[in-house]
Parts: sequence; structure tokens; C-alpha cells
Amino acid sequence: MFPCPVLFLYSRFIRNTMYLDLAEHLGLIFHLLLKKPDSSCVFVVRKDQDIYIQTLRKLFNESHGIFIGLQRSEEEFAGKSRKTQLVQVSKNYRSVIRACMEDMHQAAVSARDPALHSQYSTQVSILSAMELIWNLCEILFVEAAVAGPLLLRLLDWVRLHVCDVDNMVREVLSSENPSKHELFWNLGNTQTLTEMELKWQHWHEECQRYLQDGTFASNSHMESICKILLGDENAILEKKELMTTWYHFLVTRLLYSHPTVKPMELRFYAQSSMDLFLGGESSPEPLDTILMAAFEFELHQVIKECSIALSNWWFVAHLTDLLDHCKLLQSHNLYFGSNMREFLLLEYASGLFSHYSLWQLGVDYFDHCPEYGRVYLELHIERIPLNTEQKALKVLRICEQRQMHEQVRSICKIMAMKALRNNRLGSALSWSIRAKDAAFATLISDRFLKDYCEKGCFSDLDLIDNLGPSMLLSDRLTFLGKYREFHRLYGEKRFSEAAKLLLMLMTAHIAPCSFWMTLLTDALPLLEQKEVIFSAEQTYELMRCLEDLTAGKSDKQKFQDDDVETMKVEMLRLALARNLARVIVKEGTLEGS
Amino acid sequence: MGAPAALQACPSSLDNRISIWSVGDLGNVGLNGEYQGEPQLLCDIRHNGDVMDMQFLDQERIVVASSTGNVTIFRHHQNNQTLSANQRWEKAHYHVDRDASCGGAACTGVICSNPEIVTVGEDGRINLFRADQKDAVRTIDNADSSTLHAVTFLRTTEILTVNSIGQLKIWDLRQQRNEPSQIFSLTGDRVPLHCVDRHPNQQHIVATGGQDGMLSIWDIRQGTMPVSLLNAHEAEMWEVHFHPSNPDHLFTCSEDGSLWHWDTSTSVSEKPSFLHQGGRSTTYFSHNTINQSVVSAWLSNDPTKDRMEITNLIPNQTLSVNSLDILGPCLVYGTDAEAIYVNRHLFA
Repeated sequence: MFPCPVLFLYSRFIRNTMYLDLAEHLGLIFHLLLKKPDSSCVFVVRKDQDIYIQTLRKLFNESHGIFIGLQRSEEEFAGKSRKTQLVQVSKNYRSVIRACMEDMHQAAVSARDPALHSQYSTQVSILSAMELIWNLCEILFVEAAVAGPLLLRLLDWVRLHVCDVDNMVREVLSSENPSKHELFWNLGNTQTLTEMELKWQHWHEECQRYLQDGTFASNSHMESICKILLGDENAILEKKELMTTWYHFLVTRLLYSHPTVKPMELRFYAQSSMDLFLGGESSPEPLDTILMAAFEFELHQVIKECSIALSNWWFVAHLTDLLDHCKLLQSHNLYFGSNMREFLLLEYASGLFSHYSLWQLGVDYFDHCPEYGRVYLELHIERIPLNTEQKALKVLRICEQRQMHEQVRSICKIMAMKALRNNRLGSALSWSIRAKDAAFATLISDRFLKDYCEKGCFSDLDLIDNLGPSMLLSDRLTFLGKYREFHRLYGEKRFSEAAKLLLMLMTAHIAPCSFWMTLLTDALPLLEQKEVIFSAEQTYELMRCLEDLTAGKSDKQKFQDDDVETMKVEMLRLALARNLARVIVKEGTLEGS
Repeated sequence: MGAPAALQACPSSLDNRISIWSVGDLGNVGLNGEYQGEPQLLCDIRHNGDVMDMQFLDQERIVVASSTGNVTIFRHHQNNQTLSANQRWEKAHYHVDRDASCGGAACTGVICSNPEIVTVGEDGRINLFRADQKDAVRTIDNADSSTLHAVTFLRTTEILTVNSIGQLKIWDLRQQRNEPSQIFSLTGDRVPLHCVDRHPNQQHIVATGGQDGMLSIWDIRQGTMPVSLLNAHEAEMWEVHFHPSNPDHLFTCSEDGSLWHWDTSTSVSEKPSFLHQGGRSTTYFSHNTINQSVVSAWLSNDPTKDRMEITNLIPNQTLSVNSLDILGPCLVYGTDAEAIYVNRHLFA
């Protein structure tokens, strides 16, 4: 069933380690069916699902639009314009995360239940972490900022997430020596790296001179600020409480000691910053590990750590897809054949399929997984519960657009059977027409004919009278339509036409053998009419049909035939003989035939 | 306070809600001008089952058709901005065994003409309800052997229904017999019809949309087949609406994610010369003549003479557009991406 047993096991492993979170974040009901040691925990998770999924749905829906736009965007642009395009996509993803964060925050604020409030607040911080990581990846990988702009981006990055602290520092700085800082703050793209370095070097030396001269000796505050400006690590560390995180420390450090840092140098500063900041007191948290992996440009490590820590397929799936479009992931084939991007998209989309309406998004994701997408889609699409006809129609449209004929047939059959059980013969026929299912059309026709034989009249005339070209779908259906026509002709007293039709139904073998008796019995009133309707030839034909019918029965059957049956046959024989006599006379006379 | 815009059907089942949104007036400028006109959620209420169709009964009440077979009237209390369920007809639509837990059949369409409400469903049943009356005024069981997809009023006592074997039927509710007074069907394949709407002024012009995305225009005074068939969408056409005050304009939305605006106002080919003269009497004449040219626009099958402008109003289509509504210059539509779009300058 799965493309590869190892793939299956791997995905199960990932799921097993993240039960709670996965169910929590994606609201997958099926997880509740898996055995959990603490069942009360499951109940709480169940409650979370409904709440969490409400606000996350916006994330799923909007990111789906961005994802599709990215897949469809032509690679006509090369180089810089393509990069700008990809950066814009990345920014779009981030703005969706932020919008969700705001919604979640609003929900947290307005929640009266404290448990609910804490739930929402937790989700807000998770989303915030996601945006933090994504932002860093955008700077380092998508935009691939070079030395110079790199620090500016990192500054914005930190500022965005730790804004108030930085503002304080800036205020202090800007109140003193504004002119000295003008050159520094005006770092723009217009300046080349060398120009910037020279200017910075010059400024740095000036600061150093001021410190050494003891200009700030009288004011310890100013002195420490000057030391900070010079990138003195200890001075900066002293203000640890102002900086909430080691990466804030890192960027601050770089700002004052190495503003023209190159991307590849980041790893060293990052590692030492983390060590210095944490100082052996606390161990790195998952978020720290992820950010560190990013600074080290270990893409696969980042993705792996995110998969484990976040346990939210949404994040890794979309980020990896974007990085893949940046051509940063070599076709790093996982040894079971599928590449990283596809694997993650398949997992994410499979999760969507458990949701009663988000499955529609999943379809598009499968479409963009070239190797296994189709197989996954075929398996998942048949398992969507079809509680209304409209939903079934949507599923069918998806299957038809992808030439998934087997699925079309099977879904139509399910819907037709349901309709048949509910006695909706017209609906059942409509589904068989859609699937061009001749066998089922035959089944429905037999049902109509059975009803006719039992009740003596047709039900659902509006359907049978208006079959149109769909009549040709199956022989039995054609017979039904024609048989009804015979009745109509008889009702309109167009006897000769009716007679001709009746005969044709038997001779052209449109009528099933089981129905011949009924047809011949229908011929009786025509044979008994005052005027002769059947011609000699037609009468001979009818007789032949009758004999074929009776001859076909074995002796045993004849013995089992009750009196009614034998009487019928006798009556027919008599009527046919009488008609033959009359018609021979009629045709023999001068006016005849 | 903006007038409530047409409501959006939510496709999901566990947390379906009926919501009322306010779309601000043109004169209502937001804090910094940016959020002017962004729809604001006023109130919402839980709904059991998928919302299949809904319509305003009057200024305050909305009738909602559910996939569970229930038909509910919700009341919007404007003073405190809340919604409450006012009246409900349980299992108005059901399959064979009404009392079975899953015996309900989806109610697929509802149309109102205060105080009368007509509903149709997957059970092929037509119900006539009256607001504030507990029992149905009239029920036609097995009105259709297939699923009835939509219903609309033709005249005050006559309704139009479309079904899944491509038939358009007229029912006269004054008559006691349970047969349609007229049946129209498509030529060729009996493609299911999903939506129907009647021209606001010319009551004999009817538009239907089919599963193959085809738009059919019918003249119910003559013949049993459509007057024109227009190849439109690439998938099911879910809704078709004539603009209520500007009926030269027609709107259709589809599973293929597009929303088309059909404009026949430009196809008024030749204006009679006396229109250019002034005077009261000519005004009277011109009104009639314009009506006539409008009629011919929809019923004409001479493509060289009358041109129709067709525009797709959605630039980047992805998922299905399930529902739309129009009033004046305002267009509202909802998609399967769980988004509602409002366009308040339709004819700009």
C-alpha cells in the first residue's frame, strides 16, 4: 500500500514521537484511535483540536494559495529577478504566519477560560518561533544576503522579535554623539563593502581613542556604552538582562565588532555567542539548536530539527519546498527513493485529508509531488466520506480532471448504490450515466421492470419518458425506454405502430428473454381488437417467438409450470391462430395488404 | 452601519457557522483609511450540518437549508447583534426511513417569498412552508425520481425546479395534483442542472447552469428545449443570477474557480430613431422599446448581431467558487478556500 515499507515506518516513527502535537495542531481525529497511555490526555487534546484548528485554517488556506502561486510561477526570470520573486514568496508566507499570530493573540485576550487562554498563548509563542526561524532562513538562504546587507537584515530580524529592548539601547546611543553615528547608520546598498569597512574602521578607531583618553571616565554608564560600541564582549555581556537571547547578543556583538561579517563566518560567532551567553548555566533548547543549524548553513539539519521540534508538517513542508525552488537542496535522495521536499509535502497533504474540508487543499499538494503524488491521491480520494451529493461531485471532478477513471467508477457506483437503496432511481441512473456504467444502468432498468411487473404500471415516468440519448447506455435501458414507448403508443391508440414496436423488441433481441412472456401477453389485446393489426408475416413472427419460448423450456420446467402459465400459452396460441386466420382472409381479398 | 451583505455557505461539518458580516458604507472611513470597507464579523451561530443554501426571508430572518435535511429560520437581532434560531423544520427532507439516525436527506435549495418558503432536496421532495406555521403547508413526495438541485419562483404560485437528469419543471402550487405542469429538458445528454434563475422583469426568460458548465437560456412560453446554450465553465456551474435591477447582466460561478459576468447591455444593436427626440411621449415609447431589445438580447441566437461581453472576475483562480450574490453595485462570492470576497464597485 505504501510505496516503500521503510517510508511507512519512518513516517510512523515521526508520528509516534509527536502524537500530541500533531493531533493538536492539525486536528486529526484518527490519532485518537491510536492507543495512548493516558486517555485523559487524549480528551484534552481533542478539545484543543477544535480551537486550534479554527485559527490555523486561515494559515492552511492562505499558504495553499501562496504554494500554488509558487509552483505555477514560471522560471523565466533568472538570477536577480528570480531571487526577488522568491524572497517575496517567503515574505508572503511570513505575513500569513503573523496574521495567524494576531488572530490567535486576539482569541487569547478575549478568552475567559484561563485554560483556554494559556492554550492560545502557547500557540502564539509557537507561531512566533516559526516566524523567527523562517525569517532567519529567508535572510540566510532565500535572499542569501552577502556581507554588509547581511548584518542589516539580522538587525531587522532581531529587532522584529525583541523590539523594545533594542529601542532602549538606541535611545541611549542616539542621545549622545549623534554625528559620530550618522556615517554608521547610513550603511546602504550604495556603498561597497570596502567603503563600508573603511568607514567603520575609522569610526571604531575614533571610539577607541575616546575610551583610551578617558573622555568618559567620569561617567561609568557612558564608559560601558563606549566599550559596547567597541564590541567589548564582556561589556556587552554585563548587559545580559537587556538582551533576552543569545542571538540578540550575537547580532549586537557583530554590530559593534564585525558589521561586515560574511555569511560563512557566522557559525563561529554564533557558537561562541551561545556559549558565552548561556555560560554553561542552561542547555540549548530546540529553538536554539535550529537557529544554530541555520547559522551553520546546515539546511538539512534545520529541516530535521524543525520536523522533530515543531511536529507541525506545515512549516517544514512549505519551507523545504521554497528552499527547493531556490535550488538549495540537491536531489538529496533519501534512500527509499523520494526526495526530502516530496516526502514532507506528502506527509503534510496526507494530514489534510483527514479533515472534512481541508482535503481539497491536499489535492493540489499531491499534484505537485511528481513521484508518489498521484498514488497517494488515488488512495486518499476514495476514502473521503461523501455525505452530500455536492461533495461527491467535487471529488468526482477532481478525479476526472486527473484521468483517475477507476476512482470515478467506484465513487459513482457507491453513490448509485446509495441512491438505489433509498429508492431514488433517477439519481441512481444519473450516477451511472456519469460513470458510463452500463452494468449499473442494466441493474436500474431491471429494477424498473420488476416494479412494473409487480405494480402493473411504471413508476417515475418523468425519468423513463425523458431518457434521451442516455437510453443507449445499456441494452436493458434501451428496452425500458422502448417498452415505455410501446405503452404510450397503445395509450394514444396508435395500434399499428405499437404492434410494430412490440414485435421489433423481440425480434431484434432488445428484450431480455425473461420478459418475452410479458410482451406476448401485452400483444393479446392487440390481437383481440376488432380490426386486424398484426399482418400475416408479423403473426408468423409472433408465433415463432412463442414457440421459441416454450421450446426453450425443459420438460421439468413445463411440469412445474402452473395452470396460469399453461393457460396463458394456450390463450396466446388461440389468439394468434385466430388472428392469422383473419389476416389471411383480409390479405387474400381485393382490398387486402 | 453597512447593509448586511449576502451570506456565505461554509462547507465543513463540525464547526459550521452562520455568520453576519458588515461591509462598511462608502462614507465610512476607518482609523487610517486603510481598513475602510473590510468586512467585519458582527455575529455568528453554530449550524448543524453543511449549509447547502440560504436566503433572506425578510430584513431580520434568514432561512437556511442543511445537509441533515433540516430547514431552519434564524433571526438576526440588530439591536444587540446576535443570531438565534427562530424556527426549525426537522428532517424536512428524508430518505425512506425518516426516524433512522441517518435518515435525513440533504436539503439542496430554498427560496422565499415572505411568508412562504419552498424547499427541495436530494429526496426529490418539494416542501411548502409558511413562516410561523409548525407543519408544512404542502409536501409533494417523490416529486422527482432524481435529486432536485435548485428551486426558484416563477410567479407567486408557480415554482421552477431543476434536477440531476437535466430537466426543468414548472409546478403550479395551486393545483392539488402532484405532477409538474410542464417539463423541459435539455437536448442531447441529460446533463444534471444545478442552478436556476428567472429574469427579474421578463418572466418567461429562465437561465440554468449545468454540470458541464453550460449556461442554458430558456423561453418557457415556447418549446420544451432551451433557446440558447452557451459554453461557459469547465466544470459544474453552481449558481446563476440575473442582476435584480440591471437584468442585462448575468453572473455565474463554477467549480473551476471562475466567476463570469455576462453583459448584454452593449448588444442593443439599433436604437429606433425616435429615441433621440425629446418629449414625454417618446420617453414612454423608449422604455418599451428598450425592454424589447433586452429581451431579444438573451433570447437571440444571432451571434453576429448581438454581442455579449463576458468577463472572468477572478484573476488567480484556484478553488471552486460555490456561491455568489448581487445587489446594486455590490457583488459577494465565496470560495472553497474558505474566503469571502466583496466587490463594491461592480459597474465602475
